[in-house]
Amino acid sequence: MTGDRPARQTGSMNTETKSDSGLTGTRAVALAAVRGLALALISLPGAILCFVLSVVSIALVPIGVGIVTTPWVLTAVRAFADSRRLLAAQWAGVRIPRTYRPLPKGANPWTRTFGMLGDPATWRDLGWLVADMTAGFATALLSAALVLYPLEGLAIAVGLWRVLPNGYWYGFVPVTGQVSALWAGALGAVLLLAGHWLAPRMLRGHFLLTRALLGGGRGELAERVRVLTETRRDAVDTSAAELRRIERDLHDGAQARLVAMGMDLGTIEALLDKDPQQARQLLAQARRSSADALAELRDLVRGIHPPVLAERGLGDAVRALALRLPVAVDVEVDLPGRAEAPVESAAYFAVSEVLTNAVKHSGADRVWVDVHHSEGRLRLTVTDNGRGGAVIGTGSGLAGVERRLGTFDGVLAVSSPVGGPTMVTMEIPCALS
Amino acid sequence: MRVVLAEDLFLLRDGLVRLLQAHDFEIVAAVESGPELSRALSELEPDIAVVDVRLPPTHTDEGLQCALDARRKRPGLPVLVLSQHVEQLYARELLADGSGGVGYLLKDRVFDAAQFVDAVRRVAAGGTAMDPQVIQQLLTRRAADDRPLARLTPRELEVLELMTQGRTNAAIAAKLVVTERAISKHTANIFAKLGLEVSDDDNRRVLAVLAYLDHGR
Repeated sequence: MTGDRPARQTGSMNTETKSDSGLTGTRAVALAAVRGLALALISLPGAILCFVLSVVSIALVPIGVGIVTTPWVLTAVRAFADSRRLLAAQWAGVRIPRTYRPLPKGANPWTRTFGMLGDPATWRDLGWLVADMTAGFATALLSAALVLYPLEGLAIAVGLWRVLPNGYWYGFVPVTGQVSALWAGALGAVLLLAGHWLAPRMLRGHFLLTRALLGGGRGELAERVRVLTETRRDAVDTSAAELRRIERDLHDGAQARLVAMGMDLGTIEALLDKDPQQARQLLAQARRSSADALAELRDLVRGIHPPVLAERGLGDAVRALALRLPVAVDVEVDLPGRAEAPVESAAYFAVSEVLTNAVKHSGADRVWVDVHHSEGRLRLTVTDNGRGGAVIGTGSGLAGVERRLGTFDGVLAVSSPVGGPTMVTMEIPCALS
Repeated sequence: MRVVLAEDLFLLRDGLVRLLQAHDFEIVAAVESGPELSRALSELEPDIAVVDVRLPPTHTDEGLQCALDARRKRPGLPVLVLSQHVEQLYARELLADGSGGVGYLLKDRVFDAAQFVDAVRRVAAGGTAMDPQVIQQLLTRRAADDRPLARLTPRELEVLELMTQGRTNAAIAAKLVVTERAISKHTANIFAKLGLEVSDDDNRRVLAVLAYLDHGR
């Protein structure tokens, strides 16, 4: 038992393979037929009802009634689709992702209605309903018929022909007596052989069709997953590199100076009586060491989280940064509140990097920084009157900024024609508190 | 001289109290938070407030805000602001009312007790004490595109730097090991080159130079 467990797990993990590989032969075929029949019975009336209600409800939106009814109807449609998702997973091992956008809790009917109507998944649902009442119904019914119809042929051969009205056609065979009934039975047997192979596949086809129509947006999702994976890796790499840098700076800087200071103090203690003159000199040196250690720690702290950012927020931190630069920087800030600390920090270091670039490479003598927030996005623009020609990559540091912003779904755009001016725009989606 | 001291870290507060007491200052209150500082400043009427920028409860620039507030209520109230880092932005805010009696120093400056005490006395007397780092930043920024500043000799720049920190001619002379007369000649030259009006008042002249350096370009 324990031996085959891993194999089963692999089977259930890989949703593309047949789930009921254990069920073979007659049982599987019979099951497919029954399930197909059940599906056909559900899908036709269910899909028609859902579709008609949806169309009517949406048509009534302009006169107001629809605003109240649409959320209910569309929720019912989603439940109907969900039940099919469940069956697809249980009966055919076909997993159909659920991609509805979340609705805010306790939203009023107006926002619920338009939130749902704005969701592409809703329209995919409606499209699927149309397909389900036609192609979906046909595939489900076929998987049942491919098994049940041959059985009828066999039954005719065994004696059912006696009670059938004269001139009854089984397939292309007119049933008139025992001989033609046997022909009907033979045809039934051939059909059964075909159905044996085809019925389970037809049922699976039904669910694959459902997935193709309902599971749309898979491409988008895959893309999103790819971006998230990438930015997460970048974020982890960046922070690990930062920690290493901090460790090295502390180790070679402040820590070493404190050790030197401790040594000096020990020497001073020994010299105090013997050579007060030299002791005094060492004392001055120890004091210098402590001042240097403090200066280094201060620089380090500024690199980790600038004190002004903690004390005043992004606007004043950028202003203070501008005042430290050797070129004239005009800073415009329009922020009605403060962003979350990680966003503020990322935005600050992004501006800092871009400004450093501008000062170092552009030859600009004037820089303009604009920081504002609108439509749920923090927008930072740095413009300089330098020589232009800046590109992302080529070790300009802009690639690093892009990576840093990527963690927050932020983007960076550079416009820098040769000859200038250079404008770097950064946007981070965020809310202000 | 009556001092109100605000510093949230016990070790530093304790050290400052001892240092100031050793130099014959009277500590009328040593507090550790913004609200306490505001109360002490309005009730005790000290001769000077020595204030840490970052204080509880917010741990932002509470100390600086309290000090600015107190100066609005009582213009010219001498305030010496201490911080782990200095920012021109804050220096500008402190100097904005142009009435003097302002100091802004790194906490490191406490290491040199004599100079620190001198700075406290100077601020209490209505003078200024700007951290050398603030002045350095101002000068680096201005030097890039300021013609009059570029015309100063290295010696004059040195004098300018010390002067803007708030030091008197006598102190500058002692530091550079020259006569006071030589220094006043340098200062006269500096003022002429920068196109500023010469003033006998030490304090006014510092504020004038600081305003010149910090003037938004």
